[in-house]
Amino acid sequence: MTERHGSPSIEATGLVKRYPPDVLALDGLSLSVAPGSIFGLLGPNGAGKSTTVKILTTLARPDGGTARVAGHDVLRHPDRVRRAIGVVGQRSATDQGATGREHLALQGRLFGLSGAALRSRSEELLAAFDLADAADRLVSTWSGGMRRKLDVAMGLVHRPTSLFLDEPTTGLDPEARHELWREIAALSRDGVTVLLTTHYLEEAERLAARVAIVDHGRVVAEGTPDGLKAELRGDAVHVELRSPSDAPGAAAVIERLNGFGRPALDGGRLSARTDHAASSVPAILTALDGAGIAVAAVTVARPSLDDVYFSHTGRAYRPETAEVSR
Amino acid sequence: MTALAQTSHVAGRHLRWFIRQPWFVGSALIQPIIWLLLFGALFQNVARIPGFSTSATYLDYLVPGVLVMTALFSCGWSGMSIVEDLDRAIIDRLLTTPIHRTAIIAGLNVYELVAFGIQAAIIGGLALLLGARFEGGVLGYAALTACAMLVGATVAAFSDALALVLRTRESVIGINTLLTLPLTFLSAAFMPLALAPDWIATAARFNPVNWAVEAGREALMANPDWSFVAPRLVGLAILAILATAWATSTFRAYQRSI
Repeated sequence: MTERHGSPSIEATGLVKRYPPDVLALDGLSLSVAPGSIFGLLGPNGAGKSTTVKILTTLARPDGGTARVAGHDVLRHPDRVRRAIGVVGQRSATDQGATGREHLALQGRLFGLSGAALRSRSEELLAAFDLADAADRLVSTWSGGMRRKLDVAMGLVHRPTSLFLDEPTTGLDPEARHELWREIAALSRDGVTVLLTTHYLEEAERLAARVAIVDHGRVVAEGTPDGLKAELRGDAVHVELRSPSDAPGAAAVIERLNGFGRPALDGGRLSARTDHAASSVPAILTALDGAGIAVAAVTVARPSLDDVYFSHTGRAYRPETAEVSR
Repeated sequence: MTALAQTSHVAGRHLRWFIRQPWFVGSALIQPIIWLLLFGALFQNVARIPGFSTSATYLDYLVPGVLVMTALFSCGWSGMSIVEDLDRAIIDRLLTTPIHRTAIIAGLNVYELVAFGIQAAIIGGLALLLGARFEGGVLGYAALTACAMLVGATVAAFSDALALVLRTRESVIGINTLLTLPLTFLSAAFMPLALAPDWIATAARFNPVNWAVEAGREALMANPDWSFVAPRLVGLAILAILATAWATSTFRAYQRSI
């Protein structure tokens, strides 16, 4: 196959998806992923990440817009797209009554692999994902992290040129998450194009060469993680108040200060941007003190992807970490 | 060709599961055994009523009915596998591979029919132990089993389609309880239609379960009239193909909704 430089592996233009009765899941979403790169789709639950993946992997059909994957139109030639892609869905798609090796065998056969080629490919993947020891045990005895790795291995069995990973590490413990990160990074070094959805900012920052922030079914910001951060002017100042009810008053005070924009509110926490964060802290404290507002803490930070997310969606980023943190 | 190979791969997956829990076939046998042992004994004297053929015992008469009913009941649970695979996102994974949609349904049906074939062999052996005579011999019993399998394939596809559209276990349980017994009673499974009220005899003419029971019973005779059996077999085969095609088409409805 000839390498066509410059033509993206994955390209979506103006995708629209409606779910009856009145949910607009995608509202003109566009994105473009360069061959061999890792692209991160970032956003909260319900932003439209999974719907995008379902359309790009031919599982769902868009109500509007077009998409091409591996050079094929997803609506006109879904069969050709399916041959070229690997898909790891949001939920682990493993069969409790089968062994790891049987999973890989069935998946490989559906892509036309058989005999020695199938066996050696299975062995290769089992070794690469460190699953060889458990390969002949029923998947029902495996841990969640092992099953997730098997999902990824199944997605790779036919050597796809593009791999879709829908929240690959959600629900995994930190150790399993880091292990999967290493393996995903290695894929991109092998030339596989990876489209990854996540609601972990760290995951996107760690893995993705480019990131798109999705909100309400459209891309609100796109670029390299560093580029997106650089677009934010100055540093962030976060002020935590003793009493959340003071927040509107405190926002008004800070907005009147020189060099500050309108602070964003999140309960008893205010975030504002300024060119010279460190030197402006005394001015903030003095002004708030003068207004009789008690401050619990002030922190100054270089912009993070978190701030990028915040500045584009107007909401603080709260990933669902409950399953990890306990 | 690839669709056929894929069907066997899908069937292989279900069969492996089945081989790992062989007691499953036993649980499906409890019902037919009760029908043969208890129902057969309770009603053994009805075979003396004029209208029954003179030579056959009631047990001989009952076997085809019980076998077809077992196919209905056993294959009607097919949709449970679909619901489970939907829940476990396995259907979604399959749909993003180049698999032919028909192979997903047909592979599951092949598994259901293999499992039923084992049940049919056990039921046949048990009936012989109880004193039934199969004058049509092995060929006759095989033809009866084929009739029952075609009804089973139709019901399995129907169950799969409902599972894909409604996606709940309740819908699969519903179709089984709603369809199995009425379809069986609106047929000559337990009583010749000559002895049944006219409206049941009329309904039975349009009931594929009755086609299977009557064709299967005929095939089990000493000198079967194959011109009676063949058109019913063809009719049942057409139904099974139509039901499988319908079940396959429900993937489109499913994909539209996700």
